[in-house]
Amino acid sequence: MLEQKLVERYSTIGKPIPKIDGFEKVTGYARYVDDIKLPNMLYGKILRSRYPHARIKRIDTSRAEALPGVAAVITAKDTPMRRMGILKDQLPLKYGKVRSVRDEVAAVAAVDEETALEALDLIEVEYEELEPVFDPEEAMKPDAPLVHEELGTNVVNLNFRFSTDDEELERIFREAPAVVEGEYRVHYVNASPLGTIGVVAHYDERGHLTIYTNTQAPFLYKRDLAEITGVDPAKIHVIQPEIGGAFGRGMDLHPTDAIAVFLSIKTRKPVKIVFSRREELEYAPPRQPAIIRMRTAADRTGRLLARDAKLILDAGAYVSWGPFDARVMMATTTGLYQLTHARFDATVVYTNNPYCGTQRGAGNPQITFAIEQQMDELAEELGMDPVEFRIINANKPNTVTPQGMIITSCGMEECIRRAAQAIGWRGRGSAGLGKGIGLACYFHVGGGARVYRSDGCGTIVQVDDFGRVTVITGSTDIGTGSDTAIAQIVAEELGVPVSRVSVVNDDTAIRPWDVGTHASRATFVAGNSALLAAREAKRQILETASQLFGTPIDELDIRDGYVYSRSDPSKKMEYDKVIRRGHLREGGRVILASAFYDPPNQMQDERWMGNISAAYTFGAQAVLLEVDEETGTIRVLKVVSAHDAGRILNPLGAEGQVHGGVVMGLGYTLSEELVLDRGRVVNATLMDYLLFTSHEAPEIVPIFVETEDPQGPYGAKGLGETGCIPTPAAVANAIYDATGKRLRELPIKPWNILRK
Amino acid sequence: MRRGSAVVKRFSFVLNGKPVEVEVPPAYTLLETLRNVLHLTGTKDGCGDGDCGACTVLLDGRAVHSCLTLMAQVEGRSVTTVEGLLRDSSPDEVQSAYAESGAVQCGYCTPGLIMATKALLMSNPNPSVEEVKEALRGNLCRCTGYAKILEAVLRVRR
Repeated sequence: MLEQKLVERYSTIGKPIPKIDGFEKVTGYARYVDDIKLPNMLYGKILRSRYPHARIKRIDTSRAEALPGVAAVITAKDTPMRRMGILKDQLPLKYGKVRSVRDEVAAVAAVDEETALEALDLIEVEYEELEPVFDPEEAMKPDAPLVHEELGTNVVNLNFRFSTDDEELERIFREAPAVVEGEYRVHYVNASPLGTIGVVAHYDERGHLTIYTNTQAPFLYKRDLAEITGVDPAKIHVIQPEIGGAFGRGMDLHPTDAIAVFLSIKTRKPVKIVFSRREELEYAPPRQPAIIRMRTAADRTGRLLARDAKLILDAGAYVSWGPFDARVMMATTTGLYQLTHARFDATVVYTNNPYCGTQRGAGNPQITFAIEQQMDELAEELGMDPVEFRIINANKPNTVTPQGMIITSCGMEECIRRAAQAIGWRGRGSAGLGKGIGLACYFHVGGGARVYRSDGCGTIVQVDDFGRVTVITGSTDIGTGSDTAIAQIVAEELGVPVSRVSVVNDDTAIRPWDVGTHASRATFVAGNSALLAAREAKRQILETASQLFGTPIDELDIRDGYVYSRSDPSKKMEYDKVIRRGHLREGGRVILASAFYDPPNQMQDERWMGNISAAYTFGAQAVLLEVDEETGTIRVLKVVSAHDAGRILNPLGAEGQVHGGVVMGLGYTLSEELVLDRGRVVNATLMDYLLFTSHEAPEIVPIFVETEDPQGPYGAKGLGETGCIPTPAAVANAIYDATGKRLRELPIKPWNILRK
Repeated sequence: MRRGSAVVKRFSFVLNGKPVEVEVPPAYTLLETLRNVLHLTGTKDGCGDGDCGACTVLLDGRAVHSCLTLMAQVEGRSVTTVEGLLRDSSPDEVQSAYAESGAVQCGYCTPGLIMATKALLMSNPNPSVEEVKEALRGNLCRCTGYAKILEAVLRVRR
């Protein structure tokens, strides 16, 4: 009922509008980094370490330099040797020591890829092997080999500790009638967007750097790149061509990007480095793995009393975004359900493994895997139905989590009910022979996330004399369709058809600042920013019309592309005609509006308190699957995925986010696994690293519980990441329902079920 | 691509309805020729190993991985790429169905999937859901979870 009314109130909001960039993508005209070819362009390749831990004794590049077609060979000595990364703990090209097999030792630029690869083989590096450490718990021991000697320990100086009250918490666990406790392990996976990491850097004779990249955060990227390369940021021009998927991988500034710049500085020619699929699987930062030790307590009535989580996070050889997943893990530990007592403590450790990045959900799928299995275990111990148990403890509107996160709109309870109903939940063990149903919920930021001092995004809206609306947004569309949502918001606000709106989002020279696409923030933050700019553009159009019509501005409006007077419908004119009239006269004007939106959220303090997001999203997922007890094979039959993401601006796009997220979550749970041997990925092909195919993808039923968020653009909240968050836990719970086997480690492969 | 390579060989074939001649090293793949020599970048290089399907094109009406197809195999034959589907600046029905069904997100797998779909529908104009899933299982998509892709294909079956 509600949904029907909302759709009627608006002309484009809530409608299944196809993506505005769909046409160029289906025709092959969309240009990605790999499609860029510039005059005199060179191809760059990177030589990486032979060993996971070694001293570099000597590098001899002379034979590589002598190879015809080679334009430059560089090592750390050819660079300013400025450290990069969040903790400034690595050089783009390593000097003196390598700490993982992905460490960059030297790089070549040559006239073609084959010559560049041949040159890599001619670089002689003499190493002195050092004892490596790959197990984070081994690395924490006092006599472990040190990854960064100068630090004197492998334990990273990062504080991810939160506690409501240690003493009270211990008392609750001693006295609580129901306590469950367990250890959970989640593994390495690769984001695997179809478009690999790529960059084309051109440092020209004027000292200007033009760089084409598939980053998710172009403005922070520019700042970081300037810092590392020493190029004046005012002379750096970052261009993002179409992005072939990212899923968090593009949050990091990769050493690759800086290396491409160094090669171009040396040659003054454009240098292109695009990862092969093998390089992508081996060297793109994987999702953060974790060892999670958790306990949860409840009383006899089914109320949760306390949760306590202790984690070990293997950062790899350097600290990138991966370990910062701890922030999200902490928020979910304390906030997924109503809870008054909670503790979280994550220890981050250096090892000689590849350094970790973040991936869709940013720690949330990992921690939810533990929490939601414990919810099922607790329900069973209390003799309660797991659905009812979750409803009792579900978050409610107008509440505050222990970390001070303010929950405003919240449809969690309805999500649980509807997911359970749609999957046909009739209680434990009732799915049929060999079948099981599992449920899991999620909690995630949905109104930006203030992880930097600003969480803002700028927009410029310009309407030309033919009515073409150009929205220049700071926001980056990584393929999700956020641009289409922005176009819809602007079209709705201006009262023009969405076909008249185009979005420019590729060039930082003209785009206003934005913090980057992460934390499901694009539609919420960039959408609100676009809304404000469109409102101002509309005011300018109406002001012009007011002069033309001799009608007060507050009597005027725009609908379906016409400016009209509400009191006198005979006064009506196409909006582009109004703009032309306003333009072609003495003292004329153009329609040009801008806005900057920074959501009303807070940066967390040193105790990890603060309302990090202006809105939160909630949901519940139910999985029906079948387990072959003879072979351990799991077949997922159906997934119901219910979301409170506020108002759905575009059901077509929203369903796509849910479908894609669920399947990514299923791959994470059941098929994908980066197999590491002494810190090296040994299954770096898509034949061995198993993504879900159309054949395995099950029926997925998205359900949207449409709350109207007070801060969201037209009531919307973020949705980009959440489909994959509850999936691993829901699958594990379904397997338990089918087999009675509790699997606390990912991935869940047939042999894990048979072994249990 | 190796520009400096001394040995090149001439190959003639029909590309998107027009005869073309190229001079490339004999070890060149069709994908390299399309992207590096003919500058048709609609066909994507997703893995180079025949595992992902992003480079799928039609060779005499059948879907092939252009990354595994050597130019010698193309000699005298007919190749259709995603660029060849446009008619008078209008997309064909498979392209339209993908765009309108929400089957496109980042778009990197899209040209390959569209060509695989074309091949399927040419040999089987009215495939069942299972047949569609089977025909497209060699084309990986990381964004859509395949649901809208299935919808798009079912929309254009006879």
